Amino acid sequence: MATTQTNSSRRNFLKLAAMGSGGLFLGFNWIGSAEAAPALLNGAAAGAVDFNSYLSIAADGLITIYSPNPEVGQNIKTSFPMIVAEELDADWTKIKTVQATLNDKKFERQVTGGSGAVPHSWKRLRQAGATARQMLKEAAAAQWKVPVSELTTDKSVVMHKASGRKASYGELAAAASKLAVPTDVQLKDRKDFKLIGKAVRNVDNKDILTGKPLFGLDFYREGMLFAMIQRPKAFGMKVKSVDAVAAKAMPGIVDVVTFKNNVAVVGKSTWQVKKAKDALKIEYEKDKDLESSSDHDKIFQDLLNSDKGTVRRKDGDVDAAFKNAAKVVKSEYQCPFLPHNPLEPMNFFAHVREDGVELVGPTQTPDRARGEAAKLLGIPPEKITVQMTRIGGGFGRRLMADYAVEAVEVSNLVKAPVKVIWTREDDMTGGNYRPAVRYRFEAALDGQGNMIGYKLRGVGMNSGNPTREHNFPSGAVDNLLIDSVEHESPISTAPWRAPITNFLAFAEQSFLDEVAQAAGKDPVQFRLALLDKAKKAPVGDIKYDIDRMKGVIELVAEKAGWGKKKDISQGFSVYFSHASYVAQVGEVVMQKGKPVLKKIFAAGDCGIVVNLSGARQQMMGGIVDGLGHAMYGNLTFKNGTPEQNNFNSYRLIRLNEVPEIEVHFVDNGIDPTGLGEPALPPTGGAVANAIFKASGKRLRNQPFTEQEPFKGVS
Amino acid sequence: MAQYKLQINGRSYQADVEPDTPLLWVLRDHLGLVGTKYGCGIAQCGACTVHINGEATRSCVYPVSAVGASKVVTIEGLSEKGNHPVQLAWDEVDVAQCGYCQAGQIMTAAAFLKKNPKPTTAEIDATMSNNLCRCGTYHRIREAVKLAATKTS
Repeated sequence: MATTQTNSSRRNFLKLAAMGSGGLFLGFNWIGSAEAAPALLNGAAAGAVDFNSYLSIAADGLITIYSPNPEVGQNIKTSFPMIVAEELDADWTKIKTVQATLNDKKFERQVTGGSGAVPHSWKRLRQAGATARQMLKEAAAAQWKVPVSELTTDKSVVMHKASGRKASYGELAAAASKLAVPTDVQLKDRKDFKLIGKAVRNVDNKDILTGKPLFGLDFYREGMLFAMIQRPKAFGMKVKSVDAVAAKAMPGIVDVVTFKNNVAVVGKSTWQVKKAKDALKIEYEKDKDLESSSDHDKIFQDLLNSDKGTVRRKDGDVDAAFKNAAKVVKSEYQCPFLPHNPLEPMNFFAHVREDGVELVGPTQTPDRARGEAAKLLGIPPEKITVQMTRIGGGFGRRLMADYAVEAVEVSNLVKAPVKVIWTREDDMTGGNYRPAVRYRFEAALDGQGNMIGYKLRGVGMNSGNPTREHNFPSGAVDNLLIDSVEHESPISTAPWRAPITNFLAFAEQSFLDEVAQAAGKDPVQFRLALLDKAKKAPVGDIKYDIDRMKGVIELVAEKAGWGKKKDISQGFSVYFSHASYVAQVGEVVMQKGKPVLKKIFAAGDCGIVVNLSGARQQMMGGIVDGLGHAMYGNLTFKNGTPEQNNFNSYRLIRLNEVPEIEVHFVDNGIDPTGLGEPALPPTGGAVANAIFKASGKRLRNQPFTEQEPFKGVS
Repeated sequence: MAQYKLQINGRSYQADVEPDTPLLWVLRDHLGLVGTKYGCGIAQCGACTVHINGEATRSCVYPVSAVGASKVVTIEGLSEKGNHPVQLAWDEVDVAQCGYCQAGQIMTAAAFLKKNPKPTTAEIDATMSNNLCRCGTYHRIREAVKLAATKTS
């Protein structure tokens, strides 16, 4: 891999002030404006809350690295600083990492979602570290009167080999901070990486393992009030009348306020407001359709046959292909609604004051929380600060800002600092779900078992487009039609880890297994042949990298010993999502007439692995998540009301239900392409295809436990 | 409201709360011990696990009035310097993703290993399956319990 030369334009690189302690304080101004500099000059004090840069070096050698994106368990607070420290050549044992607050003057895309943080920031973070290292070297060169080119760095020390001189970054920081910011810096060659690619432990381990206050729910402020909110018990209902007399009379209750269709009980402790909330007497009336899951089944059937599909992609002549087919395969796949169920329920702190608003809490999109709060109050966003706490799981739920805005509403109404807390029941029944979806796939095979035609119709709910029309196998089939139909449901929906593909991948990869079976071909060879065709004779746009997809297929097939094992049934699946590629092989045996999942092999291509420990966690966690929800996840509705509301009625996967998982990565040196989501989509297919091989039973709907061969088996 | 005198982490605390207040919320809202987490409120997830006289107990359904003179240990008091063998193992194996459930996992594992210092994998699975981890860190939880067992002995 060639050494990368980067040009960090002076205009975009903002040199910040030397700190009071004589340190170096560097940062990028991503929006290309220097307006913020004076404020930063004034605000630059070690340990201050509102820092605005990526790194600071104190005179005593302590290096502080700021991580701008919310930490939701994807380990960004470790991997981002690793990238900066790598190029800085810093001593990792003397680094403090700090979660930055929302600041769009200094950072852009302070979002956790779409597996996009590392790909977005990779080069920026490297430049931040490399630029600081260059300045430290220049400072040493000036002091020692030697050429910069003769200096090397390691573990926060600049060295001059010829003279044996050494100086620590802390010693050089003050002088370095007075130098001009270099216009271009040399980034490291990959072979010289010391940190990137290693397994580095979570920087917050100690705080997590000793119970320090890290999470939104752990945030307390003197004089803060607690609020719980009764939202409509059914989607499609609205408040008719509220009787809060009994609730208001209960101990510790300060007020009961109503906004929109919500009734908030505000008081002095969590338990008191919870009891008072249970004492509210609210009458509701119908506002929209009150949907039940059985209605959804009927809606899906109607829309599958609707002539109002929106064409998403059309190649060749599908009608002719299906007319001329030697064999046609047709199947339908369906999944239910799912709540996100992060273990830390929704919560947020807001203090609406005359002069501005303070927001503190767990959010994947602090900028959205601020924007919606500003809109609600009719004030400029600059009047609002957002402090991101560590997030106790998100899975997409905290891309929504509803719960932060609720805190703003309540604080504004009661004129006090307020933390809104959702109970587990509130969290599970409060909406913003992964919507149910149904797919119909059709494939036309010629006499040799080649797939000459492919049709997919997706019927979504509030999904926009439930297909990914340019994904595989698009590009590999001459005649193809992908369309979709939408149902608008009053049940609120939201992105859920690997939106759309969290179920589409299962459906598609299971269907391709059916087609390979019908064609009499090995499932892996069948996919590889399609990819070869896409490479040699591409049809229309191809939005995935054929070689990278082949790479993970071949790696997992080799590691799993695909097709070479006796006494065990293997199932295959591969998927491209969020710019990364993951292939999986599931292994199943039959025990007492029941399929038992023994092992999942996974091969991932996310480009360069930044932190091997975190990357393995994302792969394994994604697989466990994909497996658990495919097996058990099921939120059903009766007249608009969710029928499950806590972990006694809604089943999450547990430790004794996970198979062995073996993870491998393709090593191709490509810039990182993200890993928070891509391991999840392929899992359901790898498992279901193995179960088919073992039992002859084809699982087309989720959750699997409601289908043969699991139904009625405990 | 009533006054409760509680023995927590070797110290004496006082709380003026209603008798049915779960110990969890007394710890969090009244005593500032927020390491013990709320996850479900119905003893299903284990995030709120504390030790009461050495027994792993779900504090979300344990009323403060039932605590009496019992000795309560929370994650903050499991060790003085965060160096209990289970905490050390959790760090070494790098178990946490979001980290929210891990205090409960650690308290469950610590009580378990005290009673059963040399557990089999099946015994570990049976006990640790009572705690939910939404991020799916189960493989590392199992590995960390095994590692902690070697540190305890």
